[in-house]
Amino acid sequence: MPENHYADRPPRTPPPLNAANADLNIDREVRLQLYRRLQELRQVGNRLHELFFQNLVRGTSHLSLGMEAVSAGFGAAMRNDDYSLATYRGHAHTLSRGASMEGVIAELLGRDNGLMRGKGGSMHLVDVENGMLGSYGIVGSNLPIANGAAWSAQLRGSGQVTVCFFGDGGANIGAFHEALNLAAVWELPVVFVCENNLYMEYTPIDLVTAVEHPAASRASAYGLEEIVIDGNDVDEVYTCAQRVIERARAGAGPSLVEAITYRLGGHSRADMAKYRPEAEVEAWQGHDAIELYHRRLLSLGVGEAELTAVATDVAAQVNAATDAAKAGPPPPLEEVHTQVFADGGSSWRN
Amino acid sequence: MAELTYRSAVAHGIAQEMRRDPSLVMLGEDIGPAGGVFKTTVGLWDEFGPERVRDTPISEQAILGAAMGAAMTGIPVVAEIMFSDFLPVCFDILSNEIAKARYMSNGQLAMPLVVRCANGSGVRFGAQHSQSLENWCMMVPGLKVVAPSTPVDMVGLMAAAIRDPDPVVLFEHKSLMASKGEVPDGEVLDTLGTARTVRPGTDVTIVALALMVPRALEAAEILAQEGISAEVIDLRSLVPLDMASILESVRRTSRLVTVEENPQLCGWGAEIASIVAHEGFWDLDGPVLRVTTPHVPLPAADVLEDEAVPSVDRIVDTIRANWD
Ligand SMILES: Cc1ncc(C[n+]2csc(CCOP(=O)(O)OP(=O)(O)O)c2C)c(N)n1
Ligand SMILES: [Mg+2]
Repeated sequence: MPENHYADRPPRTPPPLNAANADLNIDREVRLQLYRRLQELRQVGNRLHELFFQNLVRGTSHLSLGMEAVSAGFGAAMRNDDYSLATYRGHAHTLSRGASMEGVIAELLGRDNGLMRGKGGSMHLVDVENGMLGSYGIVGSNLPIANGAAWSAQLRGSGQVTVCFFGDGGANIGAFHEALNLAAVWELPVVFVCENNLYMEYTPIDLVTAVEHPAASRASAYGLEEIVIDGNDVDEVYTCAQRVIERARAGAGPSLVEAITYRLGGHSRADMAKYRPEAEVEAWQGHDAIELYHRRLLSLGVGEAELTAVATDVAAQVNAATDAAKAGPPPPLEEVHTQVFADGGSSWRN
Repeated sequence: MAELTYRSAVAHGIAQEMRRDPSLVMLGEDIGPAGGVFKTTVGLWDEFGPERVRDTPISEQAILGAAMGAAMTGIPVVAEIMFSDFLPVCFDILSNEIAKARYMSNGQLAMPLVVRCANGSGVRFGAQHSQSLENWCMMVPGLKVVAPSTPVDMVGLMAAAIRDPDPVVLFEHKSLMASKGEVPDGEVLDTLGTARTVRPGTDVTIVALALMVPRALEAAEILAQEGISAEVIDLRSLVPLDMASILESVRRTSRLVTVEENPQLCGWGAEIASIVAHEGFWDLDGPVLRVTTPHVPLPAADVLEDEAVPSVDRIVDTIRANWD
């Protein structure tokens, strides 16, 4: 198959920017925090991309470049003790809960100072202390597990909400349907967020999906509202996140959100993404989450200098985190045998 | 002391633990007012209510996913998968997620849960409702695997499995459901990873699990009349595996036979044989023998199922045929 196998299809362009989102009632401070988060996610993503090409990150890796507004918006709307679950494309979701940049970068470098000391790797970031319950490598698996975390919160009466991110491709796997049904029947405090980046790996999602919106068009099957948002407009994501999270916290049950977005790069490390129509890529480059937000903040009266200062500050932070990550030693080899069981070891016999 | 059936020992053990730990919950298909397809959960819904004994849709991935998510956020769970044959439907959650979460998170996630399922042959249900899948679970790093053979072991090992901080798959044998045994009053708590010598002997060690234990005992009785003294070990738990007890027994008897209901290829006895070949080699006076179900899907007709699964006669014949 040629590398550009779907490049001749008509491009699927971004939704028109909703100018009214500038008028959403979001504090200036919150907006600046969102901007900072977008910068962090973008700059760490770019850094990881560089580290791959320096062959410092082994194995594969799935970046969220272009998709940052979804995790930034939801992360900002979550309470500190809320739970997140993501897919293998989980770096941004982990960072947006406040995980250490050094811990994330070092994990990808396979160092002892990684979040999981090198045991998990790029596809499996976990940071329980910050509510990040894991990144799951099997498409769809995190949805039923998210129900369990939500069930636990319901049983404990803790008021915690679980937010579970998955891809458009994940809406076609059985676990999605099992999870949605159970969440609805048990009225669980869980929010399922489909990051529809229009592709499942190398295949346009519309070619393999019976309905227009892989997640949202199925919402009615589970008695849920059909919610489709512009996943590149962080104000829109944040506002929607607040609404569905508060709904869940109030005991009104689950929600299913489909955020339309786009990867700026390939599916994973090695993928140059030549299968996409050029006009499509260009159109989405013109609908970039960070540039959109930059322009919006300027239009709202934030000074260019202030925004530049945020970007510069984040760059210094990312550089420092990279240096610290690289300075970490490899994990001690004994780590192969630890943490299989609760006694800390791997012994299965006497 | 009360006489309980193996079937009622399941609910007895769970009830003991639910009274002890008010956070413990259960979920599964038809486990509530219906009391379970095998009537193993009768009474629990009445005593603990629908919040703690939750009926689910027919969604095995959703069941184990919910169990996992709850367990790793501090709620211990007993999940029922009605037949072990349905484990493949949710084997991703069991083997990729539940089993590996602690390791992949480097200990950030704990997994205090039990997956119980009805396992094994004897009810003529055919190849999709009669399998013995204990060896499938045994080979997944991170899972513990238990298969009690008596009511008292069911209560004690159920309690131990529930209190264990690691995920445990507990197999309840369909053909043992009606069997009876004494269970002491008060709390019964056993230890995972401990085999039990259920018949002492001097000439040959027979290691068996679940339904194969009573068959091994019957075989030992017949062999005794022929002058062969068989020691029978009820393995009870595949992970952790009590190799020390097996090696100690082989040191005395110099012969080893495993009796396994799982198909031969990669059955649990193969691992034991391999360890004994390595660590007990100089104690052996003869080849290690394995009596197993052949490498076939299990047939439904009674005569065929009986032919496939190790019988008392086959155990006796195998040992006799290999006796000097
Ligand atoms: C059960 C399963 N099947 C297939 C794969 C291989 N795979 C990894 S990512 C992927 C595409 C997923 O697409 P989508 O859900 O849209 O998420 P995205 O990568 O676009 O974020 C596939 C097929 C997998 N990891 N798990
Ligand atoms: Mg996708």
